[in-house]
Amino acid sequence: MEDQSVTYGLRINDRDHGVQAGWLGESLLYVLRERLGLPGAKNACEQGECGSCSVLLDGVLVCSCCVLAADAVGSDIRTVEGLGDPDTLTDVQQAFLDEGAVQCGFCTPGLVVTLHDLLEHRPDADELAVREAISGNLCRCTGYGRIFAAVAAVQRQRAQARDGVSGV
Amino acid sequence: MGSPVSSAPVTREGVRDGVGADVLRPDGIPKVQGRFGFSSDLFAEGMLWGRTLRSPHPAARIRSIDTSAAEQIAGVQVVVTAADVPGKATYGLEHDDQPVFAADVIRYQGEPVAAVAADHPEVAWRAVQAIEVDYEPVDPLIDSEVAIDAEPIHPDGNVFRHLRIVHGHPDATADVIVEGSYEVGMQDQAFMGPESGMAIPDGDGGVDLYISTQWLHVDRDQVAACLGLDPAQVRLTLAGVGGAFGAREDVSLQVHVCLLALRTGRPVKMIYSREESFYGHVHRHPARMHYRHHADRDGTLVKVEARIVLDGGAYASSSTAVIANACAFAAGPYRVPHVYVEGWAVRTNNPPCGAMRGFGAVQSCFAHEAQMDKLAAALDMDPVDLRLHNALAPGDTLPTGQVITGTAPVRECIQAAMRHPLPDDVDGDPLQFPGGTGRTADREHIRRGVGFAVGFKNLMFSEGFDDYSTAAVRVERGPDGKPTATVHCAAAELGQGFVTLAQQIVRTELGVTRVQLRPADTAVGSAGSSSASRQTWMSGGAVKAACEDVRERLLERVAQQRGIEVRGARREVLELRHGVIEHVDAGWTVSLTDALADGPVEQTHEYHHPKTHPLDRDGQGDAHVSFVFAAHRAVVDVDSELGLVRVRQISTGQDVGKALNPLQVVGQIEGGIAQGVGLAVMEEIVVDGGRILNPSFTDYLIPTALDMPEVVATLIEQPEPGAPFGAKGVGEPPTISSTPAVMSAIRAATGLDLTRVPIRPDDLALAPDRD
Repeated sequence: MEDQSVTYGLRINDRDHGVQAGWLGESLLYVLRERLGLPGAKNACEQGECGSCSVLLDGVLVCSCCVLAADAVGSDIRTVEGLGDPDTLTDVQQAFLDEGAVQCGFCTPGLVVTLHDLLEHRPDADELAVREAISGNLCRCTGYGRIFAAVAAVQRQRAQARDGVSGV
Repeated sequence: MGSPVSSAPVTREGVRDGVGADVLRPDGIPKVQGRFGFSSDLFAEGMLWGRTLRSPHPAARIRSIDTSAAEQIAGVQVVVTAADVPGKATYGLEHDDQPVFAADVIRYQGEPVAAVAADHPEVAWRAVQAIEVDYEPVDPLIDSEVAIDAEPIHPDGNVFRHLRIVHGHPDATADVIVEGSYEVGMQDQAFMGPESGMAIPDGDGGVDLYISTQWLHVDRDQVAACLGLDPAQVRLTLAGVGGAFGAREDVSLQVHVCLLALRTGRPVKMIYSREESFYGHVHRHPARMHYRHHADRDGTLVKVEARIVLDGGAYASSSTAVIANACAFAAGPYRVPHVYVEGWAVRTNNPPCGAMRGFGAVQSCFAHEAQMDKLAAALDMDPVDLRLHNALAPGDTLPTGQVITGTAPVRECIQAAMRHPLPDDVDGDPLQFPGGTGRTADREHIRRGVGFAVGFKNLMFSEGFDDYSTAAVRVERGPDGKPTATVHCAAAELGQGFVTLAQQIVRTELGVTRVQLRPADTAVGSAGSSSASRQTWMSGGAVKAACEDVRERLLERVAQQRGIEVRGARREVLELRHGVIEHVDAGWTVSLTDALADGPVEQTHEYHHPKTHPLDRDGQGDAHVSFVFAAHRAVVDVDSELGLVRVRQISTGQDVGKALNPLQVVGQIEGGIAQGVGLAVMEEIVVDGGRILNPSFTDYLIPTALDMPEVVATLIEQPEPGAPFGAKGVGEPPTISSTPAVMSAIRAATGLDLTRVPIRPDDLALAPDRD
């Protein structure tokens, strides 16, 4: 392509990644998915409406479709792949499974990232606050009911752990 | 008549993670980790990116297409048009009337004209822009009523199907008559995972396609015909599907991507943008309906008359079956001795329409339930009592003349939906008010309304279609020596959870705990479509039957080893229970592990549902296998001055036959209700002059977490005779009667005669007869 190509580095999930000769116009979502082999962030609307591509950029929840990858140089990027590890699910991931919050699963990675962010900053968010916090993450399969149940389960478990009360 | 409740034992006790348990999805872990491979996640070394050029006009002639400028762009590998299609020029689910690429005539905005493959998606996009098409726009045919008699816009004519359902006496009437006209707007399935896939040429003239679809085998047949290949040269494998809801029944990019791959000799990947997705798949048919109900003064329905016109858009898709459903279920789940329904599905230059969850029943349910409310008002009768008074029951005759021989718990659904407690009064956080985060509604102006609706539809394919599914089940010793079962079935997993059910069924039938699933592909026989609420019954039935065949072979093997007469006595003396083969009289046992010492046992079963029959000239015939019912009560808060609605609660009773995985059933109910609520209060593809005005998630709104009401559900379990495990499909009923229930509630809150969905703020705020 005749357009200016750029080579740069991104720090993702505590690891350095190199982007070789990328087109300057590529979004962070595209670079994660197509250049760096991190397809966890999904592409459902590519205009910041659906939240499927949610990642944390320096600890701030963003739609990676609306961030230029080259603009994320120097930032600390965390994607769904950087939560938990292949052998250990996070409490949010486990609760999504246990409560039936996963159907097609396309929105799931974005919701998992969003909820990690929410529960870190507002561990006691009430149901309306949870609804508002995830209203930027569209899900077409579940009607959100099992997702609310998953959030409530995580909040219960964390509260019990915090208060030193063993689970029932 | 008689009791609808079967007493057949449908589960075997003591099976861990078997049928009836809340078993977790086998694909759940990769899905929560972001590792699950969706069709948009595919990657191959050296792959190219495909992109489609689509018509900006809803109706036009193509004078010429010049691809030379596009071909000269660095990085562009090939540009293809209609002239490059090597096989059949058209395809279609039921009628092959849709061109792979438009050659000379454009019949809808977004119709494919050309496709390119390039080494970067941006290059492909620029190449598409560089293709010069000389269009001569013509006036689009956009009115479905006009289309019936208008000059044909396609050689196959403008009427996809016209049918009548004539039952009872045409002159019958009664003391109380109510009449109304109703409209349903065009809803989009709006699955989250866009159309996408990858085609890889095999170097020998054939192609492998990894694709998100609802039915691999019909895709394969259509792709092979258009490519001029033998079906055996086109192999499809299901890639992860990000929802479907009917929109993946038709071919979208399948032929294009395979053609690009064969022409370039390289893997080609395509992903539609959200905007392209709105142009790239069929939608729910917009409907215009006129109804007249006749009833005695005690509320007994005497006659229902209906005229239904569905706008099928430019190509046939599944319109002929959708209009059949709209007509067959036009009177609702009620006993009606006299019925006259006339329906049309027509071709226009509007976006093509086809399958969406509820499939025709959604449209007529909105109308017949509005009519039932109107009738109740005219009779000064409670609308729920009116429905209970007329509710269908087993043994009743439908307007098609078919007698209901299975379960029909209509009364139970209604009673369950009414039994749940109502939500708290309008109060508390303004986030809960109509308008939500806008915080615009004023407590003083909020009125609450409660509404009710009941709906039903058929399960599986109807009208004589030879509907079947195929499953292969293999049992062998795994690497650790323990019994392992493997299921091979082409049923498309869309998120609904068939993969979970398949494992549960094998555990229940064979007592094997470890059950693996092979990828769904065309190497095994067809499983039919993941639509029409059919896979639990059909592919569930195929897996169950294949397990029964495996069990027979295992018992024969043990009988031979032990010198037992195989013929006749085998069934009585040997049993496979909980993974152990037992001689019932002698008491000795053989573990499954030992029985598998001589090698694996594998059986393939093709499972057919009972034969159905086409509807005759009067719309009469036993066209359906089974029916499924649900009732919904909706509670809404409305600020009429602002035209804002908040749906607070949906309470439902749903006929499920038998819940094979209650957790998954609840997920289907909540998700289906979300789509029904969406159709009531926000979801519409706005089409003006044949053009879509809102092809994005910014402008086409689907319910968010803040829009979603509380859902309270009761599952009505009456095992369906003849159904594997007694289970009915559960995906569609939540979407059918939730919409009219919400509309009924809004009417109750506002006093307005609302006859069109979705409701818009102007319909309330600017209504001339607003309170």
